[in-house]
Amino acid sequence: MSTDIEKAHPEHGELTPDSPVPDPGVEEHVPRFTDVDQAAADRAYRQIVGMLALVPVLVIGFLVVYFAVPRDAELMVFGANLKMQNTLLGLTAGLAALLIGVSAIQWARVLMSDEEIVGERHGAASPPEARERVLADLETGIEGSSIRRRRLIGSGMAGALGLMVLPAVVSLADLGPWPTPAVRAETIEKTIWAEGVHLVNDVTYRRLKADEIEVGQLVNAEPETLQDLEGTAYQQAKAKAAIIIVRMDPNSIRIPESRQDWQVNGILCYSKICTHVGCPISLWEQQTHHLLCPCHQSTFDLGNSGVVVFGPAARSLPQLPITTDADGYLVARSDFTVPVGPSFFERDSSKDFVEGDR
Amino acid sequence: MAKPAQINPSSPAMEVRTPPQEGSPSKLAAPAKWVDDRIGLAKLLGNIRKIFPDHWSFLLGEIALYSFVILLITGIFLTIWFKPSMTEVEYAGTYQLMRGVPMSEAFASTLSLSFDIRGGLLVRQIHHWAAMLFVAAMTAHMLRVFFTGAFRKPRELNWLIGVGLLSIGLIEGFAGYSLPDDLLSGTGLRFVDGLVRSIPLIGTWAEFFVFGGEFPGDLIIPRLYMVHILLVPGLLLGLISAHMALLVYHKHTQWPGPGRTQRNIQGYPFFPIYVAKAGGFFFIVFAVTILMGAFMQINPVWIFGPYNPAQVTAGSQPDWYMGFVEGAIRIMPNWEWHLWGTTWSWNIFLPGVGLMGLLFTSLALYPFIEAWITGDTSEHHLLDRPRNAPVRTGLGVAGMAAYGMFWLSGGNDILATQFHVSLNAVTYFMRAAVFVVPVLAFIVTKRICLSLQRADRDRVLHGSESGVIVRSPDGGYSEAHQPLSQGEAYTLTRHPQPAALVPNGKKVGRLRQRLSHWYAAGQVPKPTAAEIAEAAHHAAVEDGHDAPALEGGDSGDTP
Repeated sequence: MSTDIEKAHPEHGELTPDSPVPDPGVEEHVPRFTDVDQAAADRAYRQIVGMLALVPVLVIGFLVVYFAVPRDAELMVFGANLKMQNTLLGLTAGLAALLIGVSAIQWARVLMSDEEIVGERHGAASPPEARERVLADLETGIEGSSIRRRRLIGSGMAGALGLMVLPAVVSLADLGPWPTPAVRAETIEKTIWAEGVHLVNDVTYRRLKADEIEVGQLVNAEPETLQDLEGTAYQQAKAKAAIIIVRMDPNSIRIPESRQDWQVNGILCYSKICTHVGCPISLWEQQTHHLLCPCHQSTFDLGNSGVVVFGPAARSLPQLPITTDADGYLVARSDFTVPVGPSFFERDSSKDFVEGDR
Repeated sequence: MAKPAQINPSSPAMEVRTPPQEGSPSKLAAPAKWVDDRIGLAKLLGNIRKIFPDHWSFLLGEIALYSFVILLITGIFLTIWFKPSMTEVEYAGTYQLMRGVPMSEAFASTLSLSFDIRGGLLVRQIHHWAAMLFVAAMTAHMLRVFFTGAFRKPRELNWLIGVGLLSIGLIEGFAGYSLPDDLLSGTGLRFVDGLVRSIPLIGTWAEFFVFGGEFPGDLIIPRLYMVHILLVPGLLLGLISAHMALLVYHKHTQWPGPGRTQRNIQGYPFFPIYVAKAGGFFFIVFAVTILMGAFMQINPVWIFGPYNPAQVTAGSQPDWYMGFVEGAIRIMPNWEWHLWGTTWSWNIFLPGVGLMGLLFTSLALYPFIEAWITGDTSEHHLLDRPRNAPVRTGLGVAGMAAYGMFWLSGGNDILATQFHVSLNAVTYFMRAAVFVVPVLAFIVTKRICLSLQRADRDRVLHGSESGVIVRSPDGGYSEAHQPLSQGEAYTLTRHPQPAALVPNGKKVGRLRQRLSHWYAAGQVPKPTAAEIAEAAHHAAVEDGHDAPALEGGDSGDTP
């Protein structure tokens, strides 16, 4: 209500005291130099027109750059290598826009009339008559609609409209496949690793021989079967199957009894996908056997079955059981024994490997 | 408008010359009549001489509006060439280093925009810089509105619209960041996949629905494209229109000053002053983003390469406005619950979804909480100086401090490598800092506000420092003070001071009473009229006493 405006803090028991100093009223208008000196005003006028006159020059410059400067030309400025076309197009267009802006503001600042105006302010609320009129109109309308006597029309309409939400929402049920237990078992709980699948270098797809991996070395690897896939299936498979192979001195690490036959002479293989939010982990501390995720710094101890030693990840890094084939190449003994990547709601991950398991 | 510090009232140049009055009717009458006859233009336009007050801090919202317009313009240009498709192609474009590399069409078309379309790289870079600026300007504008109390009645709904704009602005920025399908944006999507999956109960379902199956799938980029160029910009456009309409309806707030009251508005007319000033400012903001696009490289996706789910770079960061979430994710302890065969990933859900929810919920509720604490139901059109609302200012700075600590945590690895400290130590420190630093910030800010109130009081009572040191006959030194102008004294004393709620017949709950005492406590009382009169009298006596000493001072000082 507009009457509230000056009546501050009505609940405080007393009204806020007014200022101890009387309001001197709007400050006297001080004319600018350009208001009183014709020469200064003319000078400002020339400056503004001068700025606008430079704009066509810059626009022509832009066109020349667009058509004349080759796309791959480079420009060295203070040792920085700039793409010449990009830089000059931006320079000409940017300066042109700057001049338009500065001249418009300068025009307003020094030449347009700068007398401050005082206007009245009214409360946000409508006048009481307007409120009453609208309320009366509403009443008339409601009466006219006979909804008060025929109530079922109102509730029927509300119910019908409410129900129409269902078709709209249900139509979205095909946004993606439903992660039912069967679907999960074929997607997020499974990778393309299987018994006998060779471990290959992730760039060359060359098979890896156990005795060619040195102690302290880390190899990024993929299943050999990955190269049979293409497009989306390839990306989805790669997002789960990526692994790292490390070789550590067997005497300096702890291998639990249940995982003795998952490794080959200190060559261990882990999922590369972080159990936090799924970044590929790759920062290897050779001496401590720690593997650090560059995204959120979860740290896993590869010398201790991949348990979490630091950071926001909650689950150990899944280990891939490996062995060698007849020719000494590394092969998987099975798929991962637990799902890789971030935990999900439907599965209790507390039974994954934890510190102290045997 | 800028005013000279001092003027010489006796200068002959000060005589005002009025331009000759034009008696002829407006040349615009005929075309205006043609339009008005058909659509009633005069009624539509209303008051084109609407008054807006002038202050630099009112420009922050303008920057946000203009960067949005720049985003629309440059975004349309980008859609002409960008292909939102995850179909795999083998690159055969002009960028030699990537010839033959398999990549999505989205990434290939981004490379084409950067290397083959003249001006494409410039527009891409302007678009990205303008997006950074859009969120930054919205944030700065929101802080201005918060610290000056401009969110108070009748503007609470406009504050809510603003909070909505900021929150969907983040979504818009993130969706755009994900489109090029380069290594960095794919890593961001991988994070979103983990974040969505962590939602209790429905996480896996939400993940499968958002990505159309398993990560990454081939649907997420076309879907985000629709979100980025249609859904969210449409929402933003609608909310911005409502934001501006309410601004026009309420009329802009103004800073207190001589002649300014809750019932009036003092400033310059929209036409022609603000048409020129605001229009000109649009071009300046545009010019700055163009020059940034020309000289400051941003998101060079050809260096990152196409997305590969088995690769990541150390030092991967989201754009700045997601940094606080990134930081919270990094410093969160690894809490997981296991109940009845399920897993509850609080380590991702709380810092991700939870922190964003907390930020925007507390922002949205603040105006109503403050009004409840103070019991203030009146309209406010004059702004508070931040010092005159010490608790609000303290809370605001505490919020900024918490945000800043989370944001710094988002670069804990960079902090560790740049300052040669342990990454683990930085992380442990930040876990405490996000709680401790805001409390310290609140205390320090409140003390600073109260000190500034005291300084205001001194200034009103004793005047401003003249810079003239006076030596008295008995050897003491003092600085002469000049009395304030009535306008300044009025400006410094006209604000109402928060007062504790007094149960005035109505029942006031204990919590509310306590909060209102806390809100009002410690204020430095404004000088009263009697105190000002007494101080003025005292100064006059001292001046009379000191004056002769000043004249004899110089010669008496030489040995």
